[in-house]
Amino acid sequence: MNETFTADKNGYYGEFGGAFVPEMLRLNVESLRAVYHQIIESDEFQKEYSGLLKNYAGRPSPLFLANRLSDKYGTKIYLKREDLNHTGSHKINNTIGQILLARNMGKTRIIAETGAGQHGVATATVCALMGLDCVVYMGEIDMVRQEPNVKKMEMLGAKVVPVRSGNKTLKDAANEALRDWICNPVNTFYIIGSVVGPHPYPDLVARFQSVISEELLTQLREAEGTEDPGYILACVGGGSNAAGIFYHYINRKNVRLIGVEAAGEGINTGFTAATIAMGEIGIIHGSKTLVMQNEDGQITEPYSISAGLDYPGVGPIHAWLARTGRADYLNVTDEEALSAAYEITRLEGIIPALESAHALAAIGKLNLKKNDIVVVNISGRGDKDMQAYHEANT
Amino acid sequence: MNRIDKLFQSKKQNILSIYFTAGFPAFNDTLTTIQELDKAGVDMIEIGMPFSDPVADGPVIQRSNEKALSNGMTIKLLFKQLAWVRETTDLPLILMGYINPVFRFGVEKFLHKCQKTGIDGIIIPDLPVEEYRLSYELFFEKYNIYNIFLISPQTPDDRITYLDSISKGFLYMVSTAATTGAINNFNESQITYFEKVNDLSLKTPRLIGFGISNNETFVQACNFANGAIIGSSFIRALDGNGTLTENVHEFIRKIRG
Ligand SMILES: Cc1ncc(COP(=O)(O)O)c(C=O)c1O
Repeated sequence: MNETFTADKNGYYGEFGGAFVPEMLRLNVESLRAVYHQIIESDEFQKEYSGLLKNYAGRPSPLFLANRLSDKYGTKIYLKREDLNHTGSHKINNTIGQILLARNMGKTRIIAETGAGQHGVATATVCALMGLDCVVYMGEIDMVRQEPNVKKMEMLGAKVVPVRSGNKTLKDAANEALRDWICNPVNTFYIIGSVVGPHPYPDLVARFQSVISEELLTQLREAEGTEDPGYILACVGGGSNAAGIFYHYINRKNVRLIGVEAAGEGINTGFTAATIAMGEIGIIHGSKTLVMQNEDGQITEPYSISAGLDYPGVGPIHAWLARTGRADYLNVTDEEALSAAYEITRLEGIIPALESAHALAAIGKLNLKKNDIVVVNISGRGDKDMQAYHEANT
Repeated sequence: MNRIDKLFQSKKQNILSIYFTAGFPAFNDTLTTIQELDKAGVDMIEIGMPFSDPVADGPVIQRSNEKALSNGMTIKLLFKQLAWVRETTDLPLILMGYINPVFRFGVEKFLHKCQKTGIDGIIIPDLPVEEYRLSYELFFEKYNIYNIFLISPQTPDDRITYLDSISKGFLYMVSTAATTGAINNFNESQITYFEKVNDLSLKTPRLIGFGISNNETFVQACNFANGAIIGSSFIRALDGNGTLTENVHEFIRKIRG
């Protein structure tokens, strides 16, 4: 089997990927594809990008040895603290990169979709920084369950548009953002929030998030004298924080890569967002990947307590990593995620995002030994989820 | 000969093609709608296969898709409804929808079914020409089904010429940078775009679609192409107060003026 894990020139990872966009969007996607390598590999771009990551986003994010959590599981657990980034999650790594691209391409208006609101906040933030107009599409259900982020986006000057189609969640928000782009092709840049969408987005977003594993190499070498942990765990919605922390380890086969999907109420209950577990090959938001769908090819409505994982597709890179067996994908239920969130909060004084709590909940599902080194990506902080945490406890 | 070619050979002007969503307003309306459109004198019919996530469509067609799906429509059932359609109409028939349900059905199996049913062409907005040529063109040729390409104001001239050179049937000219939906008249930049495409002297006939809603926009579109395609505004008419038959005939009468 073909074992390259980077996108080929048409944006395919094995059989997954591509750019299934209508003719109305072709020019936009194609002109981005034509320039993105050249722009992001230029010294000028790299200088500005890494400067902003350092002085604006607060990178590098710390690698923290979680002693009490390690004791509990009888192994050595490190936390990659993406929650400490400006705006509270890994999403800022990507939005800084894409806004620089947008500016470079002369675009004046930015649109984005958001689920948990973290990508929306990270987009609204860089738009404020660059003085660009910002419209964020967000499902109405998500606007209620992630309300603090709606207020932040509005304070940052973004227009948050409630989406009322479908399940009123992330998938529907992405549909609406694509429709906006069809209607505003000339001045508008679409900042996609995960490794999803038509080529070149999955590759682009993975590159911008790869700073996570780039730092991890150095941080682990300093802490442990080796760059390679035994396990890397990350939650998977679209899969951007996972792609970022896997990136530099993909060809290091001794490191086990583990993605964690949201099982919702359980993968066989019909209320789940575990796409790799339950999906079949199909096309969603311009990408051929695994998709949760019915027999007629209608995309089914996902469910998860975590708005950021509540998506019926998955980035094509993960479909391919799963297909080749290079990465393993587990899933955890709402309940398991909630108790993992409480556990780490009480053991380490870190309140994680509900999304990240899914990655933590998978630790107990691994057969870990005392000398294993485990790195868990804490993709975001839990401020936005206080209501769900509070309700779970009462 | 493919019925689409026959149509464009015998008629060069004022071609009216109507889009509606299969299984809308009621599950069993599909065949009746086709028959009434035929009697009302339209030239071609586009039968929409409903999809859960129609990203190129505006609110009206989004809702007709939702309704059709909640009525229980699927591709499989659509082919059942259309099994005897060729006993009742000789108009060119086109299936229009999104790639995922077709992909799930199996592209070759789908095209084979189309041929057996008497379908002449397919429009799948989110199947890019490049993917089509790479993976599916052979099947379309095998079953003599035309894949209709779209051009939009965003399509560069050299690409329009390229699409023209590989096109069969007709080119679907999207009138504006927008999702489907009705407007009351064309603006200056749309007219400039229509004129520009006219001046390219393409070999393939053209129909203008998206935003055509009344006699005025229909006549205007016909000035710049062989005819026009109406969707949203017809779907809205189907929701009118009359019977299905009355709604269809009244709408077509108004469009033809
Ligand atoms: C904190 C956090 N983690 C993870 C995700 C899931 O996205 P991805 O799988 O692209 O990392 C989100 C999405 O909103 C998020 O906010």
